[in-house]
Amino acid sequence: MTALLPRRGLAQILALIVILAVDRAVSPQFFDLRLQDGRLFGSLIDVLNRGTPVALLSLGMVLVIATRGIDLSVGAVMAISGAIAASLADSHGLPIVLAAALGAGLLCGLWNGFLVSVLGMQPIVATLILMVAGRGIAQLITEGRIVTFSSPDLVWLGNGAVLGVPVPVAIALGMLILTGAVVRGSALGLLIEATGGNARASELAGVGTRAMIMAVYVWCSICAALAGVIAAADIMGADANNAGLWLELDAILAVVIGGTSLFGGRFSLVLAVLGALIIQTMNTGILLSGYPPEFNLLVKAVVVLAVLLLQSPKLSGFGSIVARLRRTKA
Amino acid sequence: MENSLDPAPPLLEVCGISKSFGAVRALQEVDFTLRAGEIHALLGENGAGKSTLIKVITGVFPRDGGIVRLGGEEVAPRSAKAALQAGIATVYQEVNLLPNLSVAQNLFLDRQPMRFGIVREAEMRRRAKALLAGFGLDIDVAAPLGSYSVAVQHVTAIARAVDLSARVLILDEPTASLDRHEVDILFGIMRQLAGRGIGIVFVSHFLDQVYEISDRITVLRNGRLVGERETASLPRLELIRMMLGRELAETTSERASAGEHKAREVCASFENYGKAGYVAPFNLELRHGEVVGLAGLLGSGRTETARLVFGAERADRGQAKVEGASVRLQTPRDGVRLGFGYCPEERKTDGIVADLTVRENIVLALQAKRGLYLPLSRREQDEIARRYIKMLDIRPADPERPVGLLSGGNQQKVLLARWLATSPRLLVLDEPTRGIDVGAHAEIIRLIRELCDDGLALLVISSELDEIVTYSDRVVVLRDRAHVDELTGEAIDVSNILAAIAADGATVAHEGRA
Amino acid sequence: MTLKALFAATATGALLLALPASAAQLTIGFSQIGSESGWRAAETSVSKQEAAKRKVNLKIADAQQKQENQIKAIRSFIAQNVDAIFLAPVVSTGWDAVLKEAKEAKIPVVLLDRDIDPSGKDLYLTAVTSDSVHEGEVAGDWLAKTVGAKACNIVELQGTVGASVATNRKKGFDTAIAKHPNLKVVRSQTGDFTRAKGKEVMESFIKAEGGGKSICAVYAHNDDMMVGAIQAMKEAGLKPGKDILTVSIDAVPDIFKAMVAGEANATVELTPNMAGPALDAVAAFKDKGTVPQKWIQTESKLYTAADDPQKIYDSKKGLGY
Repeated sequence: MTALLPRRGLAQILALIVILAVDRAVSPQFFDLRLQDGRLFGSLIDVLNRGTPVALLSLGMVLVIATRGIDLSVGAVMAISGAIAASLADSHGLPIVLAAALGAGLLCGLWNGFLVSVLGMQPIVATLILMVAGRGIAQLITEGRIVTFSSPDLVWLGNGAVLGVPVPVAIALGMLILTGAVVRGSALGLLIEATGGNARASELAGVGTRAMIMAVYVWCSICAALAGVIAAADIMGADANNAGLWLELDAILAVVIGGTSLFGGRFSLVLAVLGALIIQTMNTGILLSGYPPEFNLLVKAVVVLAVLLLQSPKLSGFGSIVARLRRTKA
Repeated sequence: MENSLDPAPPLLEVCGISKSFGAVRALQEVDFTLRAGEIHALLGENGAGKSTLIKVITGVFPRDGGIVRLGGEEVAPRSAKAALQAGIATVYQEVNLLPNLSVAQNLFLDRQPMRFGIVREAEMRRRAKALLAGFGLDIDVAAPLGSYSVAVQHVTAIARAVDLSARVLILDEPTASLDRHEVDILFGIMRQLAGRGIGIVFVSHFLDQVYEISDRITVLRNGRLVGERETASLPRLELIRMMLGRELAETTSERASAGEHKAREVCASFENYGKAGYVAPFNLELRHGEVVGLAGLLGSGRTETARLVFGAERADRGQAKVEGASVRLQTPRDGVRLGFGYCPEERKTDGIVADLTVRENIVLALQAKRGLYLPLSRREQDEIARRYIKMLDIRPADPERPVGLLSGGNQQKVLLARWLATSPRLLVLDEPTRGIDVGAHAEIIRLIRELCDDGLALLVISSELDEIVTYSDRVVVLRDRAHVDELTGEAIDVSNILAAIAADGATVAHEGRA
Repeated sequence: MTLKALFAATATGALLLALPASAAQLTIGFSQIGSESGWRAAETSVSKQEAAKRKVNLKIADAQQKQENQIKAIRSFIAQNVDAIFLAPVVSTGWDAVLKEAKEAKIPVVLLDRDIDPSGKDLYLTAVTSDSVHEGEVAGDWLAKTVGAKACNIVELQGTVGASVATNRKKGFDTAIAKHPNLKVVRSQTGDFTRAKGKEVMESFIKAEGGGKSICAVYAHNDDMMVGAIQAMKEAGLKPGKDILTVSIDAVPDIFKAMVAGEANATVELTPNMAGPALDAVAAFKDKGTVPQKWIQTESKLYTAADDPQKIYDSKKGLGY
């Protein structure tokens, strides 16, 4: 039976390969790479670089979703942290800028976590509050304008390179490794999956579900804050109206493409990031293709549907049994 | 098939049904025959294939092979709804009606009497009332179904099925959550329906009830047909042998002699412990190497006591002590830290994490107790899982199987393993044998005794009084959310417990199996 | 201004900001949409400046992007019996009832920046708006003139798909370059009017056009996208403003900064000064009874590096862009 089972992640890797092949077809120079000012240059690098914000968001989002939650506020948190970073960049050193921006993320996460785990609000409602208010806070900080800066340190964070690799990509990779180490190196991963799978049972088994839920929302907001700093560094300015706009939906999509159920439980960090890359590979391909922009959303929807169908439990024999058993037991 | 000469033509005939899930062969060439007007018990241990057979007959699962004939005509329903239209109705243990709609609406769902496109409420209520009266039920049919007891909900589901001109009625564990009085009502209805020529398939774990109500018994084991017998000519021991495929003493074990448990050390004690509106303050001492049984009717405060003792509920008065020292016991985390364990009654919602593997479920409480920063390595986890799978004979012995795919008995063992892995001092077991087949039942009782002999303190709740009598050193009896009596030593027997429950003129609605 | 507006977000009614205008002859109420963009903030500041210049008492009500707030503000202006009402309508429909009330109270209404549904034509005095088709034409004409006779491949960064401004700016530009067969738009994608998307889209244009060597000019529907595109070109080792010509629309301060650095060539102004012509029209109507034409088109002025961009930057940066 296991031989017939699609291994976890196979569907995503397959999807990525197919989309890369299509990208290569519409744009023959897709895989070309060269060095430009000490930084790798090419469409593949664009995919990684542009995919960074959503990849960072999905790293936090996947943990939140694993606990059966959702965080709609990540886009707004990006706007807040970007606004703070841009406002402080020319007057303070990078450590202070980063501390302030990530500290704001921490506060946002505590707020969300408090509403969900202590007050017991539904995650979608609880985080909707910050989604709406957060952008307002960001606009308050920037006074509605695009705050620009020229601090070379912060600019480097968006446009610099480490051994040819763009700094944002290096940061995302580092965060993936860090999150993976924390989650799988400690018992957090198991306890999060247990909490998401059955919160009542986990609590009765002595799992501190409240602290767990608080922790994932905090982590999610910190990831979002980091994404916000990178997005601001990228355009050398904080655009409170547009930074991270609708990216919460891309992040959720990335997590879902990565095979994590919105009903919580099992999750995979790597596959969520892969999901973010799939989305960006598709976006970049669309831009390279030269199709009129009116088709962008349609193409995106069709591809996403195809990827989701590919990993649909109905399409794999084993999964359909599980689904049926669940349905009949429910 | 020994009854092939039976004069009555078969109402439902199932021939050579097979069904596989992946490589697992859930049913292999199973035959089953139901005659008009008979009550036919379908028996087998968990995992024998009863549920699968029902679901294949009613089209919930597509079948791999075989034929189903209804009244001589071949039928192949594609869904439960199609089966219902063909005349095969199923009522599950968890009634699948809509609790927020009224009884009448549930009865006439999808077929409300209409006039000018408007539901004729009054007409519907009148007909609902008449229909239920035929089942000896006189209730307000306009009230939401959910406001009635499970028994009424069952009768409603049956009435709906029969009114939809069902010729075959399949009742899957209908008595699991009914009290004795309600069971009697249900049995009355079943006999009445059988008298009208309806064929009833009765699935149950309660062998007493099977002997009381059924005409014929079909036994499945490991997805195969073991045999079909007439109930009257099948000795109980023979039935159990058919189900288990091995000899098993009918009574689980003799009561351990009293007296030898006298001078045990106190493990945990609760003084004047209680919570307003939950359970009245009680005194309870739990000693190492001793099993304390909690007996009482459903709703008497048994589960409430268990939850207070474990810390799942916060007491608002009294003092908890462990090994003589006062302790804080407000959350399950506190309980776990103190070395307590709790197997709740609702295994699916409060116990297992269905998506996680057997291994992960087993190590969960131990990991929670150790905390985030002392993760069990994969090797340690594997070792713990292997140890307990072997010790408790969990089947299948695959630590990487999602626990939701295991049978109820094996899930219960996984929960026991979860707590044993924490090396607890006190285990609280709420209905540890409920919904578990005969074999696993006996094993769990044996385990309780063994754990006790190893020095563990146990607090066990069970509705099966003879079971409580078998393993308890002391029995605390509850009534109306208060502890009313405590029996020790020779005084522990079913009749004394019943007397304690029934004292003060309360009616005895529970019978022990003698 | 924005700070106050945001604090007012909790208030259900409109926030009224009275301006000091001691010797005011006219009192005019201005129902502003809000402060959703830098341009909008600049429009508000310029309106205040223009009113002060003419000694007009201008009361600005910030509607927080809500029509109901705008209607409330207009009713409150009518109740105060102001001399005229300026309205920057957040949507194009649903104004008939409240504008009729103004008409009955004999208070002239002037639309700023955006038009409303044609059915309400007789309900307002005039509309002061820019012509975004014309803006695109000005950009196209400049490019055609600058390039001359040599062949030029253009890449276009469109605004949000479906936004009328984007459609019009594309249309005007296309019309202008249609007369010059040597100019050709080779790639056109949406950059959603934002810097981040402008940069991302430009990155892919550069890859798709052989590292940018075959690109002769970039046309962006707004300056913000162009600022992003300039970054993308620089990161690709190209020299915007020299290797690749740039022309965009809006004339926000940051594009002048780029011009100072020699990285941008031209921008077409969407003037934030809608209130100036409106105030003049109202004054003429009140004094001499002159009925202005139904549409006052603002000037779409072209700025290039030759226009002392540093000075313009300095004058614009305080306006709240």
